[in-house]
Amino acid sequence: MCKFCKTNPVITLTNSNISLCSSCFIKYFEKKVFRTIRKFKLLDKGDTIVVGVSGGKDSLTILNILAKLAETKRDLKIKAVLIDEGIKNYRSITIKDAQKFCKEKKIQLYIYSFKKEFGYTLDEMVKKLKLNPCIICGILRRYLLNKKSRLLGAKKLATGHHLDDEAQSILMNQFKNNLELSARLGPITGVARFKNFIPRIKPLYLLTEKETATYAFLKKFNHKYVECPYSQDCFRNDIRDFLNDFENNYPGSKHGLIFSFLSVLPLLKEKYKEEKVRYCKSCKEPCAKEICNACEIIKKLK
Amino acid sequence: MPKVHLEKENKTVNVQAKTIAELLKKLKLNPTVCLVTVNNELVTGQYKIKSRDKIKILPVVSGG
Ligand code: SF4
Ligand SMILES: [Zn+2]
Ligand SMILES: [Zn+2]
Repeated sequence: MCKFCKTNPVITLTNSNISLCSSCFIKYFEKKVFRTIRKFKLLDKGDTIVVGVSGGKDSLTILNILAKLAETKRDLKIKAVLIDEGIKNYRSITIKDAQKFCKEKKIQLYIYSFKKEFGYTLDEMVKKLKLNPCIICGILRRYLLNKKSRLLGAKKLATGHHLDDEAQSILMNQFKNNLELSARLGPITGVARFKNFIPRIKPLYLLTEKETATYAFLKKFNHKYVECPYSQDCFRNDIRDFLNDFENNYPGSKHGLIFSFLSVLPLLKEKYKEEKVRYCKSCKEPCAKEICNACEIIKKLK
Repeated sequence: MPKVHLEKENKTVNVQAKTIAELLKKLKLNPTVCLVTVNNELVTGQYKIKSRDKIKILPVVSGG
């Protein structure tokens, strides 16, 4: 029974063992996102927020909630950006979902493609380069998201990353002994980084993937299950299964991981402070080396 | 025996179980990674299955 109104529950929260009905759950979910925004100071007055959307449930969920918030906070502006990597039988499907959603909600959606920006679709790049598709995809997508949201006047770039995504990243970095990467995690990143770098925010930081899927289902954003053809056999998938098995046997483990991480995060950020501003020699975008990772990939394609 | 549709695999199986929790156990599925609907309404593990119920199992994880 729902803890509050004694009707049929739609979910039992693993970290607290509380069951909630559909309307109590939607209230709980939205409240928790708003609380996350306040707690970590994710938004400032007058911000223009670009939401990076893929058309999947996570990004449509955060877009929906931020658009809802913008209805009450008139000075908050929301725009959506979608990066079309050019993945046959996958992105072409989720793009339609994003377009339909944004049209219904009257949100401006900007679409940028790898093909137009870099000359090749991801499918074509994968054939030409001997690199892991997810690495190419991630580098170029982040690059475009930052550049395009800056050109759209964004003060922050919001993404649909939830608690599970973050827990996976933390554990992956631990297992690979790469704490420097973990120092760049957290609900808000890149604030004092450098000019031309748009800070990223994760308003779903404290919501699990199951909660997000439940919200998306109840709000009827859900569509057919589609999977990226490149998503097989990666390290992240194994970590995800491991974490979910653990959560099933020891409920609350994922939350424990996140909260303990949050308490050491300031120390990590201090230890791995980025010293100098650098700009890519070739494209002038902010980066860590002489030539940015995106330009390195583009060079290899030529 | 109630019919259970697995959305991810796109197949239907017959499984005998009293509750959704028992059903998931029999199918070796982790409740953390799936949503279960009965007649298109979301339910939790405690739900008691009736013989005419149309059960669907949807994956929580989106691909990619
Ligand atoms: S699975 Fe890999 S290739 Fe597919 S969208 Fe995700 S990062 Fe890109
Ligand atoms: Zn209720
Ligand atoms: Zn560059």
